[in-house]
Amino acid sequence: MPQITLTVNGTPQSLDVPANALLVDVLRETLALTGTHVGCDTSQCGACTVHIDGRSAKSCTVLAMQANGARITTIEGLQKGAELHPMQEAFRKHHGLQCGFCTPGMIMAAVALVGDKPEIDEAGVRHGLEGNLCRCTGYQNIVAAVLDGARSMHSAGHTTGKAGG
Amino acid sequence: MGIPAFDYVRPANLADARKAYEASGDARYIAGGQTLLPVMKQRLAQPASLIDLGAIEGLSCITVDGNTLTVGAMTRHAEVAASPDVRRLIPALAHLAGLIGDPQVRNRGTMGGSLANNDPSADYPAAVLGLGATVHTDSRSIAADDFFDGLFTTSLEEGEIIRTISFPVPERAHYEKFAHPASRFALVGVMVSKGSQGVRVAATGAGQSGVFRVTDMEAALGKSFAPSAIEGIKVPAEDMIADMHAPGAYRAQLVGVLARRAVAAALE
Repeated sequence: MPQITLTVNGTPQSLDVPANALLVDVLRETLALTGTHVGCDTSQCGACTVHIDGRSAKSCTVLAMQANGARITTIEGLQKGAELHPMQEAFRKHHGLQCGFCTPGMIMAAVALVGDKPEIDEAGVRHGLEGNLCRCTGYQNIVAAVLDGARSMHSAGHTTGKAGG
Repeated sequence: MGIPAFDYVRPANLADARKAYEASGDARYIAGGQTLLPVMKQRLAQPASLIDLGAIEGLSCITVDGNTLTVGAMTRHAEVAASPDVRRLIPALAHLAGLIGDPQVRNRGTMGGSLANNDPSADYPAAVLGLGATVHTDSRSIAADDFFDGLFTTSLEEGEIIRTISFPVPERAHYEKFAHPASRFALVGVMVSKGSQGVRVAATGAGQSGVFRVTDMEAALGKSFAPSAIEGIKVPAEDMIADMHAPGAYRAQLVGVLARRAVAAALE
């Protein structure tokens, strides 16, 4: 099997993976990072969103081989010890979820989105979350959480989504 | 769902990529993979080998030379959308790139991949045809008018690899898109430009043979570049895609509406 190296949430990993392994499978099955969810498995729902070199991507539509050498950040990599990332805290505070299945992907998409666009407004958040589906909330609290999380991130000095690992 | 097994190579240059392709006999190139991987999951493509173009030097770039903007084939949609050079010289192209798919798809998908695939509802074919770009491959240069060759078909030869795409900087241009609300593909999209090649109007998402130029509109806009100049010009409904999302007449109507809006926006 081919070998790849990934830096996952700051930790270097050398892994033997089959060529047809998807990045999400390596994260969930090999590294047991099950916070990254598989929803549709057809690159529509965004539940599998992670950061590859600081950019959001749907890990069900990336071969692990394609990510060879990259820095990967998953939802598990956002929290600093017991302290939630400002975007996680904003989702908690605004209850930007119901069942929670889409939440890791939403938060990873949101962190990358507002890292790129500190001055984002509501329309920008809605356009920027087009790659993430939530079937519970109607998005209202998610959008409120992302706007608040953006403010918290920038006042806390999380100036870019690329900083997270 | 998973993907059936295949051999994988990640060559460091174009010559090695071509060699790997020829050696395999049943290979596909993979760029961003945002179409190819879903298609492989659905078993609509099952190549024996994948040749990853991601490690080839020089394929990801945006450069300006005089009145020509050149984009490398592996440049991601998000990079085109955010590029200060693209936004300054061809804002219509940056705007179009920012409307493709969603942010995650734009972070992975590439211009070369989209063009080689030539999906009849993809956005980039409208940009390349509507702006009169030239596609440069590892062996030749192909004018936009000679590149697109029907549904999911191009004039690329077996194994040929797109290297860059060069766009003449237009005086005016705009892209108007009516996106399918779920897929974000263009139900119809129209690129209008005015520049060294005259006026060009290209529609995607609409034609049964893929992207096409609306030459009647081009002639009328060449005389008077204003929305009113193309008010009465219609494209034949029977030549349009008709599916569960929209009948042909609806798409034909949209071509006219979006072309007029694009002209109006290009004049702003």
